[in-house]
Amino acid sequence: MDRITLGVDTFGDVMVDEKGRPLGEAASLRHVLEEGIVADQTGLDVFAVGEHHRDDYAISAPETLLAGLATRTQGIHLSSAVTVLSSDDPVRVYQRFATVDALSDGRAEVILGRGSFTESFPLFGYSLEDYEVLFEEKLGMWIELMKEQPVTWSGSTRPGLQDAQVYPRTDHEGGIPTWIGVGGSPQSVVRAAAHGLPLMLAIIGGEPQRFAPYVDLFHRAADQLGVARQRVGMHSHGHIAATDEQALEEYWPAYRAHNARLGAERGWPAMTKEHFLQEVEHGALYVGSPRTVAEKMVRNIRALDVQRFDFIYTAGQNLPSLRRQSVELYGSQVVPMVREMLADSERSGEDTAS
Amino acid sequence: MSGDSAGSSAPIRTLGILGAGKVGTVLARRALEAGYEVLISGSGDPAAIALITSVLAPGARAVRPEEAAREADAVILALPLGRFRELPVEALRGTLVIDAMNHWWETDGASEELGGPAASTSELVQEHLAGARVVKALNHMGYHDLDERALPAGDPDRLAIAIAGAPDDADRAARLIDALGFDPLVIGDLRSGVRLQPFAGAFGAATDREGLARIIEEFPRTERGREVLAALEPAALEPAAGGNGSMDA
Ligand SMILES: NC(=O)c1ccc[n+]([C@@H]2O[C@H](COP(=O)([O-])OP(=O)(O)OC[C@H]3O[C@@H](n4cnc5c(N)ncnc54)[C@H](OP(=O)(O)O)[C@@H]3O)[C@@H](O)[C@H]2O)c1
Repeated sequence: MDRITLGVDTFGDVMVDEKGRPLGEAASLRHVLEEGIVADQTGLDVFAVGEHHRDDYAISAPETLLAGLATRTQGIHLSSAVTVLSSDDPVRVYQRFATVDALSDGRAEVILGRGSFTESFPLFGYSLEDYEVLFEEKLGMWIELMKEQPVTWSGSTRPGLQDAQVYPRTDHEGGIPTWIGVGGSPQSVVRAAAHGLPLMLAIIGGEPQRFAPYVDLFHRAADQLGVARQRVGMHSHGHIAATDEQALEEYWPAYRAHNARLGAERGWPAMTKEHFLQEVEHGALYVGSPRTVAEKMVRNIRALDVQRFDFIYTAGQNLPSLRRQSVELYGSQVVPMVREMLADSERSGEDTAS
Repeated sequence: MSGDSAGSSAPIRTLGILGAGKVGTVLARRALEAGYEVLISGSGDPAAIALITSVLAPGARAVRPEEAAREADAVILALPLGRFRELPVEALRGTLVIDAMNHWWETDGASEELGGPAASTSELVQEHLAGARVVKALNHMGYHDLDERALPAGDPDRLAIAIAGAPDDADRAARLIDALGFDPLVIGDLRSGVRLQPFAGAFGAATDREGLARIIEEFPRTERGREVLAALEPAALEPAAGGNGSMDA
């Protein structure tokens, strides 16, 4: 098995200080920058940031933040998670990531997705009714842009291009590494396979193993379409502390508030502590000591046979010190344990895939 | 099965599922496990869902929506609510139709008709599907729970699913829900389905029968409940002549 890619991910949640006072968006962004530097120092593979346009998340322009990180980090790959391509211009997005790629000496990556929020549509003058066609068309255009050759393209959502060369070009063969992020929709999984791009599964609730058929679907769709099988990754939320008890205690209040806020918007009731503990025990949350989190990661990495795992270390108003602690423990303790456990199982022949 | 000959006690053997997304594929899998013959459809060409069906619900037959509607003994609606007017009215005449749809503004767009306090969405579906026997069920539980937490009858951890509809139809739906792995809880007429919609306490509920019944009874005393009941016609607040069940909305 190839070395697994292990990263961290944040949506840049707006923070509060120890006294519960809001830190504001600008200060929250600076914290994310520092966390990215810590992630790099601990040797993580990827630092990924989301794009949102609402008051609980500070990051609306991932590539600008990543550009800042590009000049202050050495080895870590810098990704969006996800870029809401539907409500942006693929040419501009490509140019901005290509610039990050130049500044970081080839470390830029993109995850394209529909996102799970819709605020960007009215903000940029798009209609939600065009949700499907916007994503599909722009993704098609993106795939042309990845070739970094003169592009000829036409569609209904943007003026066409005739032999247009887009700059700057990168040194990547095949363009900026691009993944497609999906939630639980089988249609999206099949479409991702058809585009020949790797798949990032957002697993944010329920038993991760239930996504195994989706991984199977992704690969079988590729086979059926006669395109090469691509890698699959997953990202999920969590928090790490010295002990399980401490991690639960530190994480629950902010997570509860965060979940309650989303629920109030979408019409589901507040999460109970019991349900939360259930998610930690059997579901999609990775909350606990480094060993607990590492063991759970390994279980699900094996069950789903994924080649990448990104740990979302924020959910709501976690304190800056706790976010940093989570990134540090993930990079310095969880990741080495995960690699060790995966290598052990390979040696003992549990996993004979090469 | 068409026509009124369907009779409210006819056993369901073939189940049609309209919608092959997150919920549709999960329910198809559950139904196959329970021994039903399953016809599943997306919005059109079955070829578009053939692979999805063969991987996620092997054994189900991918068909056009009209075919699923015409040939099934009962049909589950698992498509975006905003598209209910595309449903085949003629093919569903006389058929038991289980409406699992919710207004989800991210998919359906903001809509007062579908999402406002006066919206009783299964009644809108019933109005459109003249002659069909519409009940509301399977809408309040998330697809993860529908997938992971089905259990055999009698298991102490079994979760409940509420059903709103006319008594005979609700009873038939109840037997189906039971076979799918959940305790059925009939709560009243179709209008009482407002107690299961987004923003009501039962929405998202994955709990046992007693717990669910309690949440649903609570509804008139919740903020949303008061808002919804005030927005619905006042007449609906009085118990129907003959006093059919205090749980009707
Ligand atoms: N997600 C949940 O946890 C959950 C739980 C309970 C109930 N629900 C409700 O169940 C419904 C489906 O949700 P979902 O999450 O499964 O959505 P989804 O993944 O987007 O799937 C929707 C499915 O409906 C199909 N469809 C669209 N128009 C149709 C038509 N006219 N006739 C037949 N099929 C049609 C789509 O096929 P095409 O690709 O051909 O358009 C697609 O297969 C929604 O009303 C939702 O509110 C969802």
